Amino acid sequence: MRRRDKIFGELDWISILLYLVLVVFGWLSIYSATSNDFSRNLFDLSQRYGKQLMWIGFALLLALFILVIDAKFFSAFAYVFYFLMIGVLISVLIYGKTVAGSKSWFQVGSFAIQPAEFAKFVTALTLAKYLNGLNMDMRQLKTKVLSIVILAIPAILILLQNDTGSALVYFSFVLVLFREGFSGIIIVIGVMMAFLFIVTLWFGELYMAGALVLLVLVVFALLRNIRKKWRLVMAILALSVAFVFSVNYAFEKVLEPHQKTRILVLLGMKKDIHGAGYNVNQAKIAIGSGGLTGKGYRKGMLTHNRFVPEQSTDFIFCTIGEERGFVGSFVLILLFVALLVRLVFLAERQRSSFSRIYGYGVVSVLFFHFAVNIGMTIGLAPVVGIPLPFFSYGGSSLWAFTILLFIFIKQDANRLNVL
Amino acid sequence: MYKKDYSDRKYFIIGFIVLIAIGFVVRLFYLQVIDNSYKLSAKNIALRTEIAYPARGRIYDRNSDLLVFNDAVYDLMVIPGQVKNIDTTKFCKLLNIGKKYFIRRLKKAKHYSYYKPSVFTKQLSKREFGPFEEKLYEFQGFYYQTRTLRHYVHPIAAHLLGSIGEVNLRDLKKDSYYRQGDYIGKSGIERFYEKVLRGKKGSKIVEVDVHNRVTGSFQNGKFDTLAIPGDNLYLSIDYRLQAYGEKLMQNKVGSIVAIEPSSGEILSMVSSPCFDPSLLVGRQRSENYNMLLHDTLHPLLNRAVNGTYPPGSTFKLINALIGLQEGVVTKHTLFSCQGTQSKPIACSHNHRSPLSLKDAIAISCNSYFWKTFKAILHSSKYNNVHKAYHEWYLKVRSFGLGKKLDTDIPYQRSGNIPDNAYFDKLYHKSWDALTVRSLSIGQGEILVTPIQLANMVAIIANKGWYYPPHFLKSTESIDTTSAKYHKRINCLIDTTYFKIVQDAMKKVFNNDEGTAHFYQTPLFSQAGKTGTVQNPHGKDHSIFVAFAPVEHPKIAIAVIVENAGYGSTWAAPVASLMMEKYIRDTISRKQLEKRIMEGDLIHNKTKKH
Repeated sequence: MRRRDKIFGELDWISILLYLVLVVFGWLSIYSATSNDFSRNLFDLSQRYGKQLMWIGFALLLALFILVIDAKFFSAFAYVFYFLMIGVLISVLIYGKTVAGSKSWFQVGSFAIQPAEFAKFVTALTLAKYLNGLNMDMRQLKTKVLSIVILAIPAILILLQNDTGSALVYFSFVLVLFREGFSGIIIVIGVMMAFLFIVTLWFGELYMAGALVLLVLVVFALLRNIRKKWRLVMAILALSVAFVFSVNYAFEKVLEPHQKTRILVLLGMKKDIHGAGYNVNQAKIAIGSGGLTGKGYRKGMLTHNRFVPEQSTDFIFCTIGEERGFVGSFVLILLFVALLVRLVFLAERQRSSFSRIYGYGVVSVLFFHFAVNIGMTIGLAPVVGIPLPFFSYGGSSLWAFTILLFIFIKQDANRLNVL
Repeated sequence: MYKKDYSDRKYFIIGFIVLIAIGFVVRLFYLQVIDNSYKLSAKNIALRTEIAYPARGRIYDRNSDLLVFNDAVYDLMVIPGQVKNIDTTKFCKLLNIGKKYFIRRLKKAKHYSYYKPSVFTKQLSKREFGPFEEKLYEFQGFYYQTRTLRHYVHPIAAHLLGSIGEVNLRDLKKDSYYRQGDYIGKSGIERFYEKVLRGKKGSKIVEVDVHNRVTGSFQNGKFDTLAIPGDNLYLSIDYRLQAYGEKLMQNKVGSIVAIEPSSGEILSMVSSPCFDPSLLVGRQRSENYNMLLHDTLHPLLNRAVNGTYPPGSTFKLINALIGLQEGVVTKHTLFSCQGTQSKPIACSHNHRSPLSLKDAIAISCNSYFWKTFKAILHSSKYNNVHKAYHEWYLKVRSFGLGKKLDTDIPYQRSGNIPDNAYFDKLYHKSWDALTVRSLSIGQGEILVTPIQLANMVAIIANKGWYYPPHFLKSTESIDTTSAKYHKRINCLIDTTYFKIVQDAMKKVFNNDEGTAHFYQTPLFSQAGKTGTVQNPHGKDHSIFVAFAPVEHPKIAIAVIVENAGYGSTWAAPVASLMMEKYIRDTISRKQLEKRIMEGDLIHNKTKKH
């Protein structure tokens, strides 16, 4: 039998190793992207790579701290954290500092902290604590609604800060709800509605309605046995067409002009309002020019000459793509997938549903960042400014992702102590 | 309670993650391995933002004759981070520069930024830049931008046109439109109408290949903006009159301001010594600027708006008008004069006595105006000298004196009309007409600028009102023409009294005793007043104000010639010739013109006349 007090022995070293590899890989990329010929000191705090090194040091201390404190601390104080977080998110709206259009920063001395980053793990903890209750059942309406409220409050507050990217992250918790029994049908319908919404804005409601009618006709022609259910199909068609027309009405009449613009930018339908089209084009050139094996470390002509905007933060993946080529990009994606799958595996082996749900929260948040960040640099997702976990330059995001991950690793190490 | 186990859903979640990852890998494989177009474009392109500088608005005179236009020059730019393997010797030879200069400039550019472009050498002419341009492709990291420089059709009007120079830190802070190295109007018209003249910069993102050649515009110019040229300005200046004035004033220190009374438009503004405005253009700007700055005659000073002088006897016109308005004198009032023996103010010469108001102006009798001034301050109407003085003060100020004119001339001086508070402080509140008697003949604390003096005589020509003197006639976009130059300002003297003073000013020319009767001409009617201003630092200043034709004034003028003696000797003929030039366009008094043009009061070569 295992000795239960030996915490470090129970740690999942695989995920910790993956974490460390990603952080080191990330720092090397930041160094390449931000170093210049004027300063060669690795600890130069006036340079981004120097600052990031300091933040990595603090992040490791934070990780250690989380590992030594009591595992129950986080579940016990989850709601307290949640209300504290709401307070902080509101106060940043009032007292915050605006950076690049988003009022989401607190200035502390010469460093700026972004509370939205830390709201993610707090929300994950809160959702886990709420769903952990013995009588919780996802099939009940009350559970569904309250879960969504828990997610919506921070999302809306962050949206008010004009930080659309970070607000969208909360959609990823759908994955958690799904795992916990949230009806698959509802999610599918939700996804379909989102799809219809976007495509309607793209093509206009008349084309969409026509296409839907056409689709039904094709379905009837091809699938004979569905004809018996024609009432159901017609009902779905009628609802869809009504939805399509209401989308347009809602979009034109209900939304304010700046809200409309933001949605259109998000969907990539209004390109260069922030020069986003320009960024993606530069990013694609940088990545595409990397070839199979890349140009070599610190040899990236485009990234090193600062042709890619935001290349040490949101577009850090370009550095990998250009300097390490397809092989490097592939390895990076593999590392992320390995970490995510490992975390799913860890979540499933938890005895307490709190740990499992939290674990899925970690998976959801990391996965969303991974998918949207890399997706936008290679032109598959709209440009929303969210960082690549453990990789992008920035103290707030690195610390927040570290805390997010290590709380779960601590829960996992402690799993045998849970009755 | 029964709880369903959903753990099978983990396979769906893992599947979803792997699916997205596979999507990324496929996309990356396509971008990085299969599709070669990105490799090509990365090899061939670097993007560069080029600023498109708009042509600055041209400046014309009142008859639409061109005064100022633009010339193309080239700024050689450098991006230090892209400079690679260049043949320095060849580079220096082509540009005709030294190696030390090359190293110094590149170091400076590196110091500013490794990645952002800096100006390597600015304002190269077509001739200087031509040979280099052909070989530009050999020098990675260098490119050029086209700029424009001011070019002047005539070497005149430097003071009023002003000059253009690079923006300083304050300009950069004040207006985010400007970038380091941009040009901005520094003085005169160029400064005041900067926003009208400058236009709007455009920007262009271009693709350049490894040889630094522009291969095309980025994404068909989707992100480009066009430069919008500046507006052309039409000034009220008559360039012929301006050139003539500058010629008359050569080798003299002083100023001429001529105004069209009916519109307030400034016809000419001369500050002497003058200089060629093209001295302050281009790479020689700072060198020439320093030369002008250290010249003992201060040619950079625009004496027309920044030189302040006591108005001397020309101010008697104002005291006469105020005396008439207050009712302390009429056109029939006679005052006696003891000539050089007069007390408390002596007259400069002995003349017949007593004199009427008109004769007193024509002859410029000091005693008459001392007595008028005393009568104003001791008027029974106010029964209080200080109160009467305040009324006098307000009326003087209503002639636009003692304050800056609300107009399109930057950096004016306001001159000085002392107020009650000033004398209260100076004389501990015990003062009366006798204490401040110098004011009666335009001496003492009173200071005016030439443009104020010209405006003052324009008011007399108009019989009591004026538009703020200004340069702007129109611009291409009509909206910018300021309405304030079309708002009539009345002075505090009734119209009827001006007739008397105008008649007197006519006598200055027409009467044999008149101080300017030498310059009388049958060709057109003139009205004026001489002034000889005592100057503690040297010889008296010669001053003259005038307008013509008297019946329908087309020009009002003030002339100041520093250290030239009597107003009648230099200032009066200059004014009379200017009026003839403007009204008749030809000069009949060639002999007089020759004397004035050749008169050299700076190098002391001329004999006294």
